[in-house]
Amino acid sequence: MLNYLLLILLAIVTLFAAMAANFAVDAAFQIHAIIVVLAAGATFFYLLRHTNDPPKPKDTGYLDGVVRAGVIATAFWGLAGFAVGTFIAFQLAFPLLNFEFLQGYGNFGRLRPLHTSAVIFAFGGNALIATSFYIVQRTCAARLWGGNLSWFVFWGYQLFIVLAATGYLMGVTQSKEYAEPEWYVDIWLTIVWLSYLAVFMGTLIKRKEPHIYVANWFFLAFIVTIAMLHVVNNLSLPVSIFGSKSVQVFSGVQDALVQWWYGHNAVGFFLTAGFLGMMYYFVPKQAERPIYSYRLSIIHFWALIFLYIWAGPHHLHYTALPDWAQILGMAFSVVLWMPSWGGMINGLMTLSGAWDKLRTDPVLRIMVVSIGFYGMSTFEGPMMAIRAVNSLSHYTDWTIGHVHSGALGWNGMITFGALYFLVPKLWNRERLYSLSMVSWHFWLATIGIVLYASSMWVTGIMEGLMWREVDAQGFLVNSFADTVAAKFPMYVVRATGGVMYLTGAIVMCINLWKTVTSTPAKASGPVAVPAE
Amino acid sequence: METYTILRQFADSWGLLAMFLFFGAVILHTFRPGSGAKSKDIAQIPLRHVDHPDDVENSPEPKTSKNEAGS
Repeated sequence: MLNYLLLILLAIVTLFAAMAANFAVDAAFQIHAIIVVLAAGATFFYLLRHTNDPPKPKDTGYLDGVVRAGVIATAFWGLAGFAVGTFIAFQLAFPLLNFEFLQGYGNFGRLRPLHTSAVIFAFGGNALIATSFYIVQRTCAARLWGGNLSWFVFWGYQLFIVLAATGYLMGVTQSKEYAEPEWYVDIWLTIVWLSYLAVFMGTLIKRKEPHIYVANWFFLAFIVTIAMLHVVNNLSLPVSIFGSKSVQVFSGVQDALVQWWYGHNAVGFFLTAGFLGMMYYFVPKQAERPIYSYRLSIIHFWALIFLYIWAGPHHLHYTALPDWAQILGMAFSVVLWMPSWGGMINGLMTLSGAWDKLRTDPVLRIMVVSIGFYGMSTFEGPMMAIRAVNSLSHYTDWTIGHVHSGALGWNGMITFGALYFLVPKLWNRERLYSLSMVSWHFWLATIGIVLYASSMWVTGIMEGLMWREVDAQGFLVNSFADTVAAKFPMYVVRATGGVMYLTGAIVMCINLWKTVTSTPAKASGPVAVPAE
Repeated sequence: METYTILRQFADSWGLLAMFLFFGAVILHTFRPGSGAKSKDIAQIPLRHVDHPDDVENSPEPKTSKNEAGS
């Protein structure tokens, strides 16, 4: 019955998308409508062919197919996002790479949002969805709620990524950083996200464990807050129902504040809370011991979500935003340092009594370095949020260096650790294909990040100082172009760091591929008992 | 009064107080008597139910964890 309703719904969506493609007022909207026709049409035919399949026996185990798909998507989008990032790093060093024949599609301005969204939302988002689905089932002792709804979340999210990415190349943007997709993509993401919330909540509600493990608290905070942020920041009115352009409801300084309330909490809840959910599960698993202090993790949770939500105004220092709001953002950013380090200590101290594992287990080493970078960037961030420091650092490459030490170091490394943990488990392999390849990945990625972050410190502080340098008469000494020329060597170092990080990720993908294809399967007993 | 002033006044007074009280209560609740043993048990959750929802290894009774980390 449900299948018939879905078929009717898909047919209607396909029809309306086809009409939208016909009436489209701009080319980008037309191409997006065609993509929707193809996606909805393909789903229609898939469903049609399986509508009268005999019902499968009820599976009581975990639903891991969607997690496997998520792991593959994470690896794929990771490679894509890192590759684009490395390419645009070279574009900044060598402007010649903004090829004339790609003008308007392949230049830095179009590729930059493609890179940021690919790594944050495609790589990070798929990692979060996959790991949260894996973790919530294990920590609740319950199969994912909602049957195939989790598959809708997965494929719906991929469609969101494709629409967003192709949109950036064609210039579809509402000019909000990290929230560039236009109104129809935003509406689609809202539908997918609420389904995600339903699957996650449904699984929590039918859990067999009496307690909700702290990783799930972080994941739930991430899902709920992102839903709220996304909806408020994307309040906009389309100019035409058949066009890709929309107008923001807020304007001026209100719009700026809403944007950075969104922007900073995307960092706080997407890139921090969600990934802390990963940390609180995978670090204890890999170290084979419980988290150092469960009560500290509760304090970490409440302090983090109470403080993060106020920190956004530090993106708007010395702007039209009222001073009190700037000071508020600054103060909360500084206070935020403490719960962040509490979490870092909690993650690191989980290894207390088992530090020797760092010598033998490169996966654990990757996780520990990621926690280290979490600590480093949550110290650097509050420091840069202080207005006096920000007057030097803002608009410089220091900000970019800070973001990347968090994103490459913390988010990237914890995700790599999770992938190394998950692949043998999900494909029922005895072990990873090669631990020395993990070590290679570890060193390539770590040295790559160090090159990236340190070159950005140097170039950021240098250009900040050059911009404010005045001579005895009070005239500015340097033109903007002078700073661009001075930054060249650091840009080359940064791009080299990117190449190393990308190479490490390629090594990882080969290793994971070989783990699935040419590592012996785990010997299956009646009940698998972990060797403890 | 205009919306801004009303909201600002509320945020500076009762809103702020309510959030502080909630936050303080949460912290106190975390350290309530008896929470230590309970949280040690909760911390074991990731080590249970690894392959199937009905797996019982590392379940609360009896305590199988040999590494009781401090908390």
